[in-house]
Amino acid sequence: MKISGSKIFLQSLKEEKVKHIFGFPGATILGIYDCLFDDPDIQHILVRHEQGAAHAADGYARACGKPGVCLVTSGPGATNIVTGVATAYMDSIPMVAFTGQVPTSMIGNDAFQEADIVGITRSVTKHNYLVSNVKDLAATIKEAFYIATTGRPGPVLVDLPKDVLLDETEFHYPEQVSIRGYKPNYIGHPKQIESALKLITKARQPVIYAGGGVIRSGAMEELLSFVNKAKIPITNTLMGLGGVPGDHPLSLGMLGMHGTKYANFAVTQCDLLIAIGARFDDRVTGKLEKFAPNAKYIHIDIDPAAISKNVRVHLPIVGDARLILQKINKSIVPGDYSAWIEQINKWKKEFPLSYKKSDKVIKPQYVVEQIYDLVKDKAIIATEVGQHQMWVAHYYHFNAKRILLTSGGLGTMGYGFPAAIGAQAACPDKIVFDIAGDGSFQMVSQELATAVQYGLPVKIAILNNQYLGMVRQWQELFMNRRYSGTPMEYAPDFVKLAEAYGAVGLRAEKPQEVREVISKAVSIKKPVVIDFRVEREENVFPMVPAGAGIEEMMLP
Amino acid sequence: MRHIISVLVRNHPGVLSHVVGLFTRRSYNIESLAAGVTEHPEITRITIVVTGDEHVLDQVMKQVNKLVDVLKVGDLKYRQAITRELAIITVKAGPKSRHEVIEIANVFGAKVVDMSEDTITLELSGTERALQNMVRLLNPFSIEEMARTGTIALSMKSSEQ
Repeated sequence: MKISGSKIFLQSLKEEKVKHIFGFPGATILGIYDCLFDDPDIQHILVRHEQGAAHAADGYARACGKPGVCLVTSGPGATNIVTGVATAYMDSIPMVAFTGQVPTSMIGNDAFQEADIVGITRSVTKHNYLVSNVKDLAATIKEAFYIATTGRPGPVLVDLPKDVLLDETEFHYPEQVSIRGYKPNYIGHPKQIESALKLITKARQPVIYAGGGVIRSGAMEELLSFVNKAKIPITNTLMGLGGVPGDHPLSLGMLGMHGTKYANFAVTQCDLLIAIGARFDDRVTGKLEKFAPNAKYIHIDIDPAAISKNVRVHLPIVGDARLILQKINKSIVPGDYSAWIEQINKWKKEFPLSYKKSDKVIKPQYVVEQIYDLVKDKAIIATEVGQHQMWVAHYYHFNAKRILLTSGGLGTMGYGFPAAIGAQAACPDKIVFDIAGDGSFQMVSQELATAVQYGLPVKIAILNNQYLGMVRQWQELFMNRRYSGTPMEYAPDFVKLAEAYGAVGLRAEKPQEVREVISKAVSIKKPVVIDFRVEREENVFPMVPAGAGIEEMMLP
Repeated sequence: MRHIISVLVRNHPGVLSHVVGLFTRRSYNIESLAAGVTEHPEITRITIVVTGDEHVLDQVMKQVNKLVDVLKVGDLKYRQAITRELAIITVKAGPKSRHEVIEIANVFGAKVVDMSEDTITLELSGTERALQNMVRLLNPFSIEEMARTGTIALSMKSSEQ
């Protein structure tokens, strides 16, 4: 029996066990929306701006590990998801984005709502497709999901011309995919692993530097057992937080520009750096010449192009972090690192993370600490980008699976709230917090309507300092306090804004109110916006000035 | 250093611009680019000549290799590769200078493919250096138009043994 491209689309998604689509309709994908109208198996979640659909699909994927799906129309619908797709690309998130396209006969004619989205997204997708014949549709969707979820995961975009969705053909969903030229390597080379084991035994001052690849490959258990067996101190990147419990005695917290002093000292002085699923990003390394200058580097990564990109690696192991760690754990013989650990513990005591407490004004760090204290690992935490994001990294000890959703690579403000909506759809029984800044939240506050419509009780904790705080901090430290473009006194009353959307708005103005307001928000089964009026000019410390070595940290 | 990068790709729309995009993103100036079908009709060989830092080039090649539609990437060493380029050159040459131009063509093994009252059009295939040498000698006659294909290359099997 022949069925339309729109029906093939939905059937294919069911084959991929897709339960949720985040989307926004339009002329070219009306056919799909017509089929969705009475489909009992797939829930469509209507966002209020397409960028929200892409971020929600991304948050969905990070929360539950399954690929997120978004669906938008051609032209502006497609261009509006570009930021979300790029965000997922930089953080290696499995996602499949479907965009409508004008009929094949009109492509290239500047037709109404036409955009060359395949061209536009070429550099921010793992792969993308323009489907030009309905006969290719099912196989293309199969490939798209396969590519998005295998190897180093990433977003794949499929562009669907209107006529392809109308045309009919037999539905046949391929069982297997074989793409010449795409064969991810999962198993690390045994010789390389052997050499790594030798280096680890020989080292005196080793440090593990673990990134988002650990989370993506689900290697948390293996990493923890590696740390416990080898007794090697570990620092995580922002993307890798939660890779080992943040309160583990060998955990050094985050490293890099806003890393802990002891993590940055340890990395600078180590003699062996074991990078796992991390890519030596500039926010991590600071000035490259001063990054672990005396160390040998072992680099475990699934992406061969990540090896020796920013630093010269002595021993690369290309493959899946989980599988490689399993092998390493089997035959690890730790060296004697006792003096090194003693030194690190001294640094930890001497330079703990700290901020000046107050009982008059709410310190933003205090809010993060209290959220952590009240919900701990029952919650999924999303963040936007800026100071609040760094305070979350410092004061929220991630320790369960996949509980931090944050835009690490692209640094997308406005990511957290829609991502939290996606995470809540994926995990209805979890508490989902978006810890936000007032600037970021205003970029996506329209998604309150989405959260209310679908009964997704996301809690948005705005650390409201009426500034674009991180930029203001740079201006304070490096530009003589010339606050150009950063004051944000003109903002809506967030409590009233929440109420206008049918959500609940709460406010805390004194430190004494913080815990009560958080507890109240958690108990309400609706979306809640909490306006925390925090210290306006609080800074994130430690901080490494751009271009400096990571041991050159500024303290308050 | 100058490099000849040979890329085998699945013959899909957009692959060429994707490959080229990765070079331009790292500010590599592509000196020449040639693409054509291989012994398998669904596979295209793209030959790119670039000059630049080896470390960065190594990185770009890894990124090219990562593309789903790319099957193979190789850096062909000049000494171990057979390289050819084709040029069609129209030279101003009236009855007086015609003989001289044809003499130059003969030395380089170029063919005369067209002739008018005041021009001669030559075709030459050879190494890039041979082409450059002939162009240098033709310059005094004033070259009216020139089209070149860019280098294509295959590795030299005899030098691998």
